[in-house]
Amino acid sequence: MGLRLHLGLIYVFLYGPILLLMVLSLNESGLPTAWSGLSFRWYEALAENEAIRRAALNSLIVAGVSTVIATALGTLLAIGVERRRGSAALDALLFAPMIIPDIVLAIALLSFYFMLSFSLGLHSIILSHVVFNIAFACAVVRARLKHFDWAMIEASEDLGASALTTFVRVTLPAILPGVIAAALLAFTLSIDEFIIAFFTAGAGLASTTLPMQVYSMIRFGVTPEINALATLFLLTSFTLVLFAQRLSGRRGAFA
Amino acid sequence: MRLKSPSASSLLMAPGLGWLALFLVVPCAIVFLLAFFQRGIYGGVDYVLTWENFARALDPLYLSILWQSAVLAGEATAIALLIGYPAAYAIARASQRWQPVLLVLVMLPFWSNYLIRTYAWIVLLNRKGVANEAMIDWGLITEPLSLLYNSGAVITGLVYNYLPFVILAVYASLSRLDRSLLEASEDLGAPPWRSFLRVTLPLSLPGVAAGGIFVFVLSIGNFITPDLLGGGRIQMVGNLIYDQFLTARDWPFGAALSMLLIAIMLLLLFAQALAVRRAGGERKEA
Repeated sequence: MGLRLHLGLIYVFLYGPILLLMVLSLNESGLPTAWSGLSFRWYEALAENEAIRRAALNSLIVAGVSTVIATALGTLLAIGVERRRGSAALDALLFAPMIIPDIVLAIALLSFYFMLSFSLGLHSIILSHVVFNIAFACAVVRARLKHFDWAMIEASEDLGASALTTFVRVTLPAILPGVIAAALLAFTLSIDEFIIAFFTAGAGLASTTLPMQVYSMIRFGVTPEINALATLFLLTSFTLVLFAQRLSGRRGAFA
Repeated sequence: MRLKSPSASSLLMAPGLGWLALFLVVPCAIVFLLAFFQRGIYGGVDYVLTWENFARALDPLYLSILWQSAVLAGEATAIALLIGYPAAYAIARASQRWQPVLLVLVMLPFWSNYLIRTYAWIVLLNRKGVANEAMIDWGLITEPLSLLYNSGAVITGLVYNYLPFVILAVYASLSRLDRSLLEASEDLGAPPWRSFLRVTLPLSLPGVAAGGIFVFVLSIGNFITPDLLGGGRIQMVGNLIYDQFLTARDWPFGAALSMLLIAIMLLLLFAQALAVRRAGGERKEA
């Protein structure tokens, strides 16, 4: 009984602050404590904000492109890794982008681009986001491949199918839910990512992403527009992750 | 059969591994090298080998920041484990049908925007925030309290953000626990608390260690939480690295600090792997 109560309180702790933001975003007065009626005016203000619209477009470009690249490379990587005998070094390399502190990866990439005199902008954010997204996409697809019957590939090859045909007609359909789950997760991670984008975006506002915009808004203080933007962010992540969760099965790679 | 065509498998892995080599391994190697070079007069890098950056990290001023981050991260880790363990235990004891749902509910916030989860605490804790106004309304206090911009707020933020992972890690080891061991313990007359202390807890330690290391490493290298909830008054290693790269322009020193961070992380992971292996060995012998 005590345990259940504890678990219940944990959920209150985890969801209370988030739900509070969602409720406040609908408060007409915009004040955190005085409820003056339901209103979508802060969402309208958001839609009219030029800086936010530009940042949102940038974020969609970064998340979209990095998701496509990372899902493709991560899927191939997962199949390759699962087909051979396990290697501790390989597992460590694939695990590293998930555990390395963001700030370290951020300064490492910044130093790298600087040494190469590589120009910074949306393209460098995309290249950087692919790094951690490959690792996550690979992990999700690998979880799916654990239940894959490798004899099917052999059967297909014995029947004379080329490697490409086998991939398109046998392997891909079998792991497709995992691949889509990987893409949804990669998109979520990229659209939420702040520190690496912040370091690799370069100077100027042209390549500001939405989280970078949120960060500069938060530093100015609490405003009702941030609550509205926060709510949209949370709902987007929750939808994508729940969808990914469904696709990757009951025991996916991410809980 | 799996090893039928290792070359095909290498071909599949080539693009992904190539990407990681170019954009992960090479940049990390650059940071490693940077840590041994001198800072240039105008903020650039002089390619002269030196230990100075690491010596500077041990200077009392920086050592105190390192120590403060370790203490804050340690406190966040301890609290996350203390409240996360019973939650994981409760989920592991729930019916099979409910376990996945309860777990997804724990992990869902973890996959949402970190900045926004942290911002929610500013809304709650600031002087005109929800917590203060509510307490004034209820007559508990007359003047708003300074709940934000102190170490308590930073620890709260860290626990809030990383708790889901602790619960997941502990749950993973609890759900793998062999129930017959508990039955055996019960049959031999052990009261539940003793079964827990002598069977459940030791067997779930790998999960505790994995979750604890994760919280500790991500906390000590954190930059957003101390920045937003500590209001610049609480400095952690992450903030220090940030400053070296974006404000002070001392990249070699920032690189040395990053390497220290990675070294701490690897040391902890290594210790955990060793402990798990030893525990596994003992069980086999017994």
